[in-house]
Amino acid sequence: MIIQFICRAILLGVPLLYGSVGEIVTEKSGHLNLGIPGIMYVGAISGIIGSFFYEQACGNDIAKMNAFLAVLIPFLCAIVGSVIIGLIYSFLTVTLRANQNVTGLALTTFGIGLGNFFGGSLTKIGGGSETFIALTRTSGFFSAKIPFADKLGWFGDIFLSHDFLTYLAIIIAVIVSLVLNRTRVGLNLRAVGESPATADAAGINVTRYKYFATCIGSAIAGLGGLQYVMAYANGVWTNNAFGDRGWMAIALVIFALWKPSVAIVGSFLFGALCNANNYIQGLGTATQELFKMLPYVVTIIVLVVISMRKRREFQPPAHLGLPYFREER
Amino acid sequence: MTEKTVIKQRREPLFHIVKRDDMVWWKVWGVRAIAIVASILVMVFISSLLTGKGMGKTVEIMYRGVFGRIEKGSFKMLFKYLEETAILLCLALALTPAFKMKFWNCGAEGQALMGGLGAMVCMIELEGKLPTAVLIPVIAVVSILCGAIWGVIPAIFKALFDTNETLFTLMMNYIATQIIAYYVYIKGGGSNVIQPVEAGIAPSTGNSRYYINISIVIAITFIAYIYLKYSKHGYEISVVGESRNTARYIGINVKKVIIRTMLISGAVCGIAGMILVAGKDHSIRTATVGGQGFTAIMMAWLGQCNPFITAFMTAIIVFLNLGAAKVADSCYLNSAFADIFVGVVILCVVGCEFFIRYSFKFRGSRKGDK
Repeated sequence: MIIQFICRAILLGVPLLYGSVGEIVTEKSGHLNLGIPGIMYVGAISGIIGSFFYEQACGNDIAKMNAFLAVLIPFLCAIVGSVIIGLIYSFLTVTLRANQNVTGLALTTFGIGLGNFFGGSLTKIGGGSETFIALTRTSGFFSAKIPFADKLGWFGDIFLSHDFLTYLAIIIAVIVSLVLNRTRVGLNLRAVGESPATADAAGINVTRYKYFATCIGSAIAGLGGLQYVMAYANGVWTNNAFGDRGWMAIALVIFALWKPSVAIVGSFLFGALCNANNYIQGLGTATQELFKMLPYVVTIIVLVVISMRKRREFQPPAHLGLPYFREER
Repeated sequence: MTEKTVIKQRREPLFHIVKRDDMVWWKVWGVRAIAIVASILVMVFISSLLTGKGMGKTVEIMYRGVFGRIEKGSFKMLFKYLEETAILLCLALALTPAFKMKFWNCGAEGQALMGGLGAMVCMIELEGKLPTAVLIPVIAVVSILCGAIWGVIPAIFKALFDTNETLFTLMMNYIATQIIAYYVYIKGGGSNVIQPVEAGIAPSTGNSRYYINISIVIAITFIAYIYLKYSKHGYEISVVGESRNTARYIGINVKKVIIRTMLISGAVCGIAGMILVAGKDHSIRTATVGGQGFTAIMMAWLGQCNPFITAFMTAIIVFLNLGAAKVADSCYLNSAFADIFVGVVILCVVGCEFFIRYSFKFRGSRKGDK
């Protein structure tokens, strides 16, 4: 049962890991992207749309589907969809210097609307007869497991039994962590987030860094949505089923102290906290509801503690949430 | 090093962006009006493409869907629309003082839910035990207190340790949601719904509830305008918002202002929750506020800290939201289309602010140089 609990925690944690790593990249450039929940919806629905039409093109016949294409099409669609939203966000906040909170929230409304609209109307638009989207075939390709994993007992279950997007999430988090802390690009990006005027004076192209950070962050976050629908929900789209995971991803950014490597552990911990209520014996349904607030309470405690201790390496980027205009004094 | 330093000759860019001085007010509103009208037209066009109906027909569906048949003496739909507007406006007005202080209160959702919870507890526990004349003030006081407490917790930490309020208030929303889920489960007997209770600030049947709910918010609008514009508190809020250092220099106790303003902000959110629970639904669930707390943030921002402009903007957005949902319903598409519609309109208005604050200077237009 403990093994099942850990596997479940990892499965629940992966979308959060994608979302928070994406948000960390964006926040390092000084942009608080509150559009992440919307972007994750868009990533999910773009993947759904891509695979929906691919399945239709194959006549809904699993024998005609190519495993590689079945994975690649939704994957690319999710990235393209979320990058488009990321571009809208960066155009408004970087080029037009609009308020980041308002833009982000409007994009969240917009993105969740897009997800629910296409999720609820795609079969009708595509001329199908089903009333809901169930892409179990594509999902099967996504959650394909390493063949010998189940022969290795608990070790295989915990470390090798996941879908490839789980491993990709960890790889991305490690890469982002290395890039941020060990490369010139990462150093420049952090400089942009801390003090864009200084970075500008040092010859760093602030606008370009902000655009790239936001779009790459959005793409990563969008994959979180894709992982949720394809691996967790078995390709079945239900409106609003993704819920508030996007906000939890933003919470995780704080919990991880803006460090992708901490986010890996943090996401699995959050997954465990979300899930703990199902595994503790003798909890009533009512108490389970109270248990679900644990991730948020923990986040608030972390937030308060880091603001009390004022350790410099634990602080958010200094210019987070503020627009940068070169000619401003 | 023997390399010759080559200075790359770059052409001056075609244009560069400069900050504008204050624009004349009618130009400012002209830009905003163009943005709103243009984005609405584009979205109406897109919806007519989706539904296959003409643009005129689409607008008619929106109008009929929101207002019903007023000319035939049926005001039910109009009242419903005004009530929706009033609730969203109440939340937006609650956020206005906080935003003026540059305190990003993203917690209207949770504060309203807690206010609603306070009202619900009173309604369930005290129904039949107190006369209505006593019960209504009790409900009001309890829900205001609950909302204020939920709002002041992040403010205290902001004042003492400068904790990031955007993230703190966001997290408080979900804690409130889970508390509601817990309460609903206990009181609903495990059925996830609390049966509507008769007690409340307005009767659950008839039109009188609309009068009560709407007039509370109208009163709040005027009070908010006077409070922000003519009171000493309002002045302190705007000084703290403009510059904390200036405020400290002229002897304003910044911490006190932050905490006091968030008490008020939370309290008004509590009133919104009370209207939702004790005035409108007579019951509570986790989706009672239904994301309006987030929409309110955008409304408060669109309203530029002026309660009357906020009211105007809210009326437009609520109309578009309800109308677009009707358009989508009319041809069996998902009503989440309304979110897309409203999202695009808000994004356009947010973007158009750029043209109000900045202007372009073209390469050739500089005089006297060279």
